Amino acid sequence: MAKALEPRVQSAQLPSIRGPERVPLTLNVNGRTFSLSVEPRRTLLDALRNDLGLTGAKKGCDEGTCGACTVLLDGKPVYSCLLLAVECQEHEIETIEGLARDGKLHPVQEAFVEHDALQCGFCTPGQILSVKALLEQNPEPTEEDVKRAVSGNLCRCGAYPHIVEAALAAAKKLKS
Amino acid sequence: MPKVIKTEVEFEGRFYEEYIVLEGEDLSPWGPDRDREFRFVGKPQPRVDGPERVTGAAKFTHDIQLPGMLYGRILRCPHPHARIQRIDTSKAEKLPGVRLVLSAENAPEIPWRMGLTQLFDRTLRYAGEEVALVVADEEEICYDALDLIEVEYEPLPFVVDPVKALEPNAPKVHESGNLLNGAPEVYERGDLEKGFEEADVVVEGVFRTQSALHNCMETHGSVAHWEGDTLVIWDSTQHIFGVRAQVAQALGLPLNRVRVIKQYMGGGFGSKNAAGKYTVMAALAARRTGRPVQVLLDRFEENLATGNRPSTVQTLKLGAKEDGRLTAIYHKSILNVGAYAAWPASASGPTKRLYSCPNLKTEDYSVYTNLGPFSAFRAPGYVEGTFALESMMDELARKLNLDPLELRLKNYAEIDPITNKPYTTKGLKQAYERGAQLIGWEKREEVKKTRSTKTKRVGFGMASQIWGGSGGPPAYALVKINPDGTATVITGTQDIGTGTRTALAQIAAEALGFPLERVRVELGDTQWGVYSPLSAGSMTLASVGPAVRAAAEDARAQLLDVGAQVLEIPRDRISLEQGEFVDARSGERTPVQTIFEKLLNYTIVGKGARGPNPEDKNINTFGAQFARVEVDLETGRVRVERIVAVHESGRVVNPLTIRSQLYGGVIQGLGYALTERRLEDPRRGLVVNPSLETYKVPTVEDVPDIVAEMVDMPDPEANPLGVKGVGEPPIIPTAAAIANAVADALGFRVYELPLTVDRVLMALQRGEPSRGEDNK
Repeated sequence: MAKALEPRVQSAQLPSIRGPERVPLTLNVNGRTFSLSVEPRRTLLDALRNDLGLTGAKKGCDEGTCGACTVLLDGKPVYSCLLLAVECQEHEIETIEGLARDGKLHPVQEAFVEHDALQCGFCTPGQILSVKALLEQNPEPTEEDVKRAVSGNLCRCGAYPHIVEAALAAAKKLKS
Repeated sequence: MPKVIKTEVEFEGRFYEEYIVLEGEDLSPWGPDRDREFRFVGKPQPRVDGPERVTGAAKFTHDIQLPGMLYGRILRCPHPHARIQRIDTSKAEKLPGVRLVLSAENAPEIPWRMGLTQLFDRTLRYAGEEVALVVADEEEICYDALDLIEVEYEPLPFVVDPVKALEPNAPKVHESGNLLNGAPEVYERGDLEKGFEEADVVVEGVFRTQSALHNCMETHGSVAHWEGDTLVIWDSTQHIFGVRAQVAQALGLPLNRVRVIKQYMGGGFGSKNAAGKYTVMAALAARRTGRPVQVLLDRFEENLATGNRPSTVQTLKLGAKEDGRLTAIYHKSILNVGAYAAWPASASGPTKRLYSCPNLKTEDYSVYTNLGPFSAFRAPGYVEGTFALESMMDELARKLNLDPLELRLKNYAEIDPITNKPYTTKGLKQAYERGAQLIGWEKREEVKKTRSTKTKRVGFGMASQIWGGSGGPPAYALVKINPDGTATVITGTQDIGTGTRTALAQIAAEALGFPLERVRVELGDTQWGVYSPLSAGSMTLASVGPAVRAAAEDARAQLLDVGAQVLEIPRDRISLEQGEFVDARSGERTPVQTIFEKLLNYTIVGKGARGPNPEDKNINTFGAQFARVEVDLETGRVRVERIVAVHESGRVVNPLTIRSQLYGGVIQGLGYALTERRLEDPRRGLVVNPSLETYKVPTVEDVPDIVAEMVDMPDPEANPLGVKGVGEPPIIPTAAAIANAVADALGFRVYELPLTVDRVLMALQRGEPSRGEDNK
């Protein structure tokens, strides 16, 4: 988990986020800017799913324990159910939908398919983003590093051994 | 002409007689000659839908968003047993954004749970039972509105402990009493008394197991939408045809006006075998509002209301000769089925079937309590029962000073002890042998000696697995050959994460002689799918797989008939290979699509049906698991170091995905053994840990080194593919193997699951061996 977001100075251009009415909001997701209007209490997860139609991040618990809602905020994995959408303006948000480029899977995604690092696939977007963040920070992770990186992503199907395998294989692939 | 026959079908350890309709030719099993030529079957194949699952493109029920869709959320009863005196929804209805509130005040009376209750009942029998549905523009508004509904409850006396619920003056969960069907389910063979008289030694114990929660990552839910008079439902379900039938009945609709779709599902594990109240509520709300309605459960509701593995109290008594041969087994189980039960629960399956024992009696008491209803949970009853049986077998081995593995081989069942029929195949001995080799069973005493210290003890344990998994009829499939030389496999089954789409594609490509990438499998939609059974009971591949092969063979034969005529090659000289016609004489190859250039849009449709299972044989799956653990005597912590899982489930179609299933079963078994436990407050009748924060499912860091292997032996008598199921087997023996390893490390047994630090420490403090009676 990333540290709490830095408090942002309320600038004149930014709308009031007091609520309860909807407020206009700008989110930067997968390199594109989206304008939307949400109640200030809307979580980043709900904004991504319900307002932007990006349903790759899942709602498993809505209280920051399962990790199915993991997205990257400025490159760091966060539980999007624990952030309000209004706190995420001016941050770079990356979701699973942003990984594949021109129809080509990201090496971490490829490794997840090749090593069958999933069963039902519900937790998979979160697992992949946690691994991607790890590999960007640490290109040569040990098995223990991988386990720590995905320890906040529950998988009820028990794909864990294959997830670790896939992460290590992706690291190798990215290095070469 | 279709042929109707009567056959016996096994599901989750129970047998049912069914009539089935057979069509087409009987297929000959794929034998060893054919095996050698396989291009796809038996080869590790990454999932055909892997890219969808890793990119977020896979649409789960949670992800279905329709134009104008409203959100529905459910108000639930806070009391374990209560009657609604008054319900006032007016404030909620006035909240801006609220479109509808449904409750007993304004909803139709729809019988539920075989008439024991209704969709909106005024008597509520567990904390978490449905009271009202709020439908609004946004999820957040639903939660605001739920707070505004005023309900006056008259609390009623309640009971949550199944043993107390059987006492004469216990509060009644249902008018008919707390014992399901008024009597235990009893099974007997031989003469129990005589069996115990003949015994040289007798061991006895009382085992307790916890209620376990499925915690599928995707909570239960539905999206309902009316297209004119046709109801379309996306449901997170293991049984689209079952949901269709149930919803049609609840709403009085013809089957052809209900369409149920489920493409991707975030786990089920037995808890999604039927429609939920949420399904019918979504349909009703969609009709009343004229808008699509999504009703999803949150994690708390999921853990209160969607099912659980029942807790058990099991008394087990074994009698044996000095050489280890069993002479008698008595097994009594009290199972906490909660407020409702679709069928009786049972923990005695493995006891009846695993070992050859002539004198035996089992009694299963399914007891109603004021807790959430139980449901199937991956190998229902067998996980609980195997823990007790295999623990007791180890106690017997200890008393007789026999190697636990040797004791099991002494009682190896060569024929099924219930039906007295031989097995089609039984690879349990091979599993024992291979597992023992992989864990280092022979050298375990040396390892224990060198590894154990003053404060840490190492132990080894093992346990066996028996399960059904034969699959059977009815299951149907179609295979279409499209004019561009691609094939579409159509079934009404569902892929619940086990890799069904991939395995069926492998089978169809193999039977057709097509490249795998030209085969697409369609499933999960009642509208165009042909009937397939629920994806449960480890039955999907063995039920649907043979139907797909039959349909593909039919399509292939038709294609060859047509191809021979168009290409003017004698029929007996033409064959199909990798999507091309091959002329045996000239060796000339012609792509399949070539003939369609002349035939315009002619479409071939192959049909296939699953034939019956053999009547004179038993079909079962088997396996053995071995565990090595380290127990910290100061903290009571059990660390599982290694699990070896070797299973026999017939032919392996996809070694890659089967390993995923084995790992998954072992890991769920590990959670059941060590950390997972629904906790109830008996004074308030409430579940106190219905969240993922407090109910501990394993994380990646809890997972030991797991070695998973299959005894790959095609079972040609079982069905023409030689396959059996593997979904449930790997969870069955894990907890038992771990418990036996812990007992081996400690020198005495802990009779209760999960093996948490407090239980291990208390057992250490008590010091002397117990038979489980003092566990409270």
